Amino acid sequence: MINLFAYNIPFASIFLLMISAIITPLLPEKNRLPEKLSCCVIGLVMILSAYLLYVLTNSGAPLSFNFPMGHFPAPWGNELRAGPLESVLSLVFCAAMLLSLLGNFSSTAEDIAPSRRQIFCVLVNLLTASLLALTYTNDLFTAYVFIEINTIAACAIVAVKEGAETTRAALRYLVMSLVGSGLVMIAICLLYDLTGHLLMQNMHAAIQVLVRTKNYLMPLTVSLALITTGLAIKSALYPFASWLPDAHGSSTNASSAILSGLVLKGHIFTIIKIFYRVFGLEVIHLLRMDNVIFILGLLAMIMGSVHALRQNNVKRMIAWSSVAQVGYIFLGVGLNTIAGIAAACLHIIVHACIKPMLFTAAGGLSNAAGHKKGLHALMGTFYVNQWAGLGLAVGAFSMMGIPGFAGFASKLSLTLASFDSPVIIWSLAALAASSVLNALYYVPAVIVILTHHKDAHKNFTAPAPTYIYRDKFLSGIILRAIVKTYHEGS
Amino acid sequence: MLEKLFLNHYEAAAVILSGIGLTNLLLQRNLIKKIIGLNIMDTAVYLFLAAKGYVEGRAAPILLENGSGGWLNSANLYVNPVPAGLVLTGIVVSVSVTAFALALTLKLYEYYGTLNIDEALMKMTQEQQELESKIDDAEEEVLA
Amino acid sequence: MNEEIKLIWQKFFNWVSGNGPRPENEVIPPEPPPDLPFTQKPKDKYTRFHEATLKERYNQWLEIHGLHIFSLIYSGLSVLTCIVIVCLLLATVAELPPFGDEKNPANNEVIRRYVEHGGHETGAQNIVAGLILDYRAFDTFGESAVLFTAAVSVLMILGVSRRNNIEESSPDLNESGQNFLERAPPVNFHEIRQDDSILRAVASLSIPAILLMGCVVVINGHLTPGGGFSGGAILSTALILCANAFGFERVHKFFNERTFIISSSTALMIYALSKGYSFFTGANHFHSIIPKGTIGNILSGGLILPLNICVGLIVAGTLYGFYALFSRGDI
Repeated sequence: MINLFAYNIPFASIFLLMISAIITPLLPEKNRLPEKLSCCVIGLVMILSAYLLYVLTNSGAPLSFNFPMGHFPAPWGNELRAGPLESVLSLVFCAAMLLSLLGNFSSTAEDIAPSRRQIFCVLVNLLTASLLALTYTNDLFTAYVFIEINTIAACAIVAVKEGAETTRAALRYLVMSLVGSGLVMIAICLLYDLTGHLLMQNMHAAIQVLVRTKNYLMPLTVSLALITTGLAIKSALYPFASWLPDAHGSSTNASSAILSGLVLKGHIFTIIKIFYRVFGLEVIHLLRMDNVIFILGLLAMIMGSVHALRQNNVKRMIAWSSVAQVGYIFLGVGLNTIAGIAAACLHIIVHACIKPMLFTAAGGLSNAAGHKKGLHALMGTFYVNQWAGLGLAVGAFSMMGIPGFAGFASKLSLTLASFDSPVIIWSLAALAASSVLNALYYVPAVIVILTHHKDAHKNFTAPAPTYIYRDKFLSGIILRAIVKTYHEGS
Repeated sequence: MLEKLFLNHYEAAAVILSGIGLTNLLLQRNLIKKIIGLNIMDTAVYLFLAAKGYVEGRAAPILLENGSGGWLNSANLYVNPVPAGLVLTGIVVSVSVTAFALALTLKLYEYYGTLNIDEALMKMTQEQQELESKIDDAEEEVLA
Repeated sequence: MNEEIKLIWQKFFNWVSGNGPRPENEVIPPEPPPDLPFTQKPKDKYTRFHEATLKERYNQWLEIHGLHIFSLIYSGLSVLTCIVIVCLLLATVAELPPFGDEKNPANNEVIRRYVEHGGHETGAQNIVAGLILDYRAFDTFGESAVLFTAAVSVLMILGVSRRNNIEESSPDLNESGQNFLERAPPVNFHEIRQDDSILRAVASLSIPAILLMGCVVVINGHLTPGGGFSGGAILSTALILCANAFGFERVHKFFNERTFIISSSTALMIYALSKGYSFFTGANHFHSIIPKGTIGNILSGGLILPLNICVGLIVAGTLYGFYALFSRGDI
């Protein structure tokens, strides 16, 4: 049996973050106290998740457990569920969140007015809490409520930097997200009506019975389609991704890093949960949703990179590259095998580590170039801000999938996973094409920042302290070690 | 099928409304109309849930006294309380989201003087082009 | 007689169609100058039709009619999309379990326990209140957090920034190139007539009644329909009425941004801590010290009554806050 302390960690992490979010508005603004508090709490939750992961993988105890929220057991009360995968994800989410905050500590101060910074901290805490709740929850309606918190907080951290462009971007993001959550809500109502449950394992049992007796197949298909579409809109799967570059490209660096590294992942993980724990892989195959997801994933991999090639603004380029990376994840989900989903989860983790680093590094470089975001303006900035330059290079190599970097591990496992599936040719071709396309836009970016440029040095500002990237750099490489742990987990 | 639709007429009305709301939210270009669409959709979902909770001939889920100091708590007497709970939660969520969307809309109007996102985008790109051409002119002057 | 009815109808019709008497202080936007007749327009490339090539003509035609045609196609497609979505959902609904049937999958053992044991397990007479604040309390906690998130975000977007704009008039915006648009003046509709004696008299009569009603709904949330959210909404209408009748300054004396933040944060904190205690004891099978009380009494239902009061406070403050922020940009 798992020890009492570790048993309470999922609940404690969510509540710690919530309580720190509630306390933050009462704190004084001076000395950047709110930001320090949120960093401390997120760090604490990160340590707790790491401990939970350690206990779950090393104690010989059952790999996962359920945590009833209240005095009532499973079908009557809410429930959390924690296993190795959930604890790895919450560890990665907290780590990425902490590093995005710390790495952008100075640019946050430049972009956001002091009175807004306090609220920014509240929103960051709420966002983290909602991500952890989405990761741990075992109840579909709880997932819906936390998706909504996630939506509002995510749009608000886009709008936290004042300006016309961010307001417009936040509104577009909000409208698309609301369409998504509307679809999710309708789907949850349909599913409740068909199964009579809101908890995932009870729904799963009821759906298995329905499929076996061939009852209500049409409503099941529709509700699966609605819930997938809704969450796909929120996680920026390609045809629905038009909001993403605006929102991620225009907001402050910390927000871009958080949004593209973490917020998308929360929704993708919810889709994976719904596929794996609510419907079950056979039912997904029966209802043909895996093919749809697979094709959309392929499309996203190619189109995201093609769009990224055409961008001149470095942040927008990285944002479109997120669309391509989301395509990789959905490709893994669309393979509809355990190995495919494992590879997708691995790619979630890798991308959650790398993308915040890329955004942070790009932000640091464009600060070094005097707040210009055009790619040509970054010429030679590596020599002003080495750590940021190194971060961009490492991130770029990782995204391309060069051996030794984290991206290679996840691409490798995606490739291995696709060997078992009948669509191997398509997925291999798309993986290769997308890697080449990735290289086509990341390599020039790296070359540009490494190129010496005589005239530009005059208007460079002093480099910001960016020792933080080092941690990320390490994490990118260490991640290969996590692969093994992770495979045991799922 | 029509017969069944007639049997489920509350749900049918709810999904028609939610389809209308969804289309408005997605395709209207005026933001206020978009937000109205959002509210129509949410309300339709509440109607759907309320219809799903109803059971013929049963009372609202508030315990009744049985006349001798006890409570009537047979499950055959009351309608399903779960949809009511879900609707309550949904209403709060919808209020919050609406307020947030309206606040952003107000802000957009202050910046661009329009309630149309596309128009705002057009205005912004125009202004940016003008700004860029001005910068280019300035650079040329410096070079000259 | 007939004339009078006609006159009244005309007034009513005008009022319905929005052409009623205008308030004195309303600013009527100046009408744009009328378009010049075609013959007097300065000759540009679009008017010299006979000189243009076919391609140019096509471009001109597109520029003149393109927007119109685009919007026609757009609305056509929108209606089509709507019809497709509705048909899909209707086909789904036709397959759903029949309306009002007690054999539906949703009427299962979950509901049976809620109804049969809800009374003594939660202590609440209102099964829905027991359901949302005890059985499924985590959802409801999330729901309050949504409201809190929205309140904080709206405060950030409308309140804090406007105050900054007035104080600093944002000098650094020009440098970052964000201020390229001429900003429209802040929307402000809070011109309230200070001498409306009828409104004041009615308000001073009805505000106590509304407050009482709100308190009753909040406090009886576990016995009758109602609860924190509905009661809080009623309480906030009293605040809004007070602000409209007596001016925002009157409300500002006892309810400003500081009190708003303190009251919502404290109420949500009490909620989080008490519910956290209940979750903690429940999950670890510890004994909870919270008494359930007797069903039907005011002091029953365990945590439901204090939680309802907290939610009521949050909702009342937040809804009034929304109103104040939207109408004058400050609480």
